[in-house]
Amino acid sequence: MLILFTLSVLLLFQLAGEVAARGLSLPIPGPVFGLVFLALAGMLRLSLRRALEQTSTTLLDHLSLLFLPAAVGVIRFLPLLARDGLTLAAAVLGSTLLALTVTALVFVAASRFLTDNGEAQ
Amino acid sequence: MNTNVSKLWIYLSTTPLLWLAATLSIYWLADRIFLLSRRFPLANPVLLSAIVLGALLKFSDTRYQPYFQGAQFVHFMLGPATVALAVPLVGEVQELRRRALPVTLALIAGSLTAIMSAVGIAWAMGASTTIQASLAPKSVTTPIAMGISKAVGGIPALTAVLVILTGIIVAVIAQPWFNTLRIRDDAARGFASSLAGHGIGTARAFQAGRRAGTYAGLALALNGVLTAVLVPYLLALWLH
Repeated sequence: MLILFTLSVLLLFQLAGEVAARGLSLPIPGPVFGLVFLALAGMLRLSLRRALEQTSTTLLDHLSLLFLPAAVGVIRFLPLLARDGLTLAAAVLGSTLLALTVTALVFVAASRFLTDNGEAQ
Repeated sequence: MNTNVSKLWIYLSTTPLLWLAATLSIYWLADRIFLLSRRFPLANPVLLSAIVLGALLKFSDTRYQPYFQGAQFVHFMLGPATVALAVPLVGEVQELRRRALPVTLALIAGSLTAIMSAVGIAWAMGASTTIQASLAPKSVTTPIAMGISKAVGGIPALTAVLVILTGIIVAVIAQPWFNTLRIRDDAARGFASSLAGHGIGTARAFQAGRRAGTYAGLALALNGVLTAVLVPYLLALWLH
């Protein structure tokens, strides 16, 4: 029953997000609005978060699986990339390494700044 | 005998059951291999099972559309799973508030890097502006990225492929790369994985642990929105 409750809540929030996304005609998909709405609702009602905890944890632990249909699509379309293959591969790989590095290093440096200042006070 | 087999194949290949069963069981097997290999990066379950399923489709001469009839039930769950990212976030709201500064700075620096380095490398290698525009939103979740690509003169279908590729690259290299850089903070690792590799990076972060996953969920939503705002401005500045 808990699974049913959680799935219903998630789908209803996704639905609300979809309505908001269409209504505001922003380039942000419904589920992302749904995420924001559910976060706000969960902060207002802690009991809601506790009820959702178990099933959402199971769902998120298997999040990788949900990307598999899209990944299979890419594998099949890879030959189409051949014409600009080298450029695309260099841009995707290079940019991904840079983004990972910059994001993580800035995060760590800013966290360290916070702890150092916290200790100084 | 042979006609019976082919009759059975014709029947099964038109029901969603066959490819749904294949999708779930092959992923399950790939996940076992990943864990048995002590999470060897190239044994990533999404990569492994996508290659196996891609090969099966090719050898059985199955097009993507009939495959997707079965796989769509798995694909559909992405929506509710994205909404579910709110649950760990709410649990950590005090801690997230304390970390507002690193989150904000890493978000801005990372988002700018992800967009500008992709466009810059493509430009340096002589790519057309269409290709550059298709690459710009490659680090954010597919529906947002396709919308941006369309708005700035890219090819949305190409962007969709690049987004998934980027995610798979992050799932494979992020953990060993952070180890090389000696970044041990799970919050930083999760946040960066998702910022660079959207949902697939988020999924990888959840495999590494709850704390990494929580920060990944935050980065997924924040970078999706920020990139949608930044790319049109940055490309307008860059191309004119």
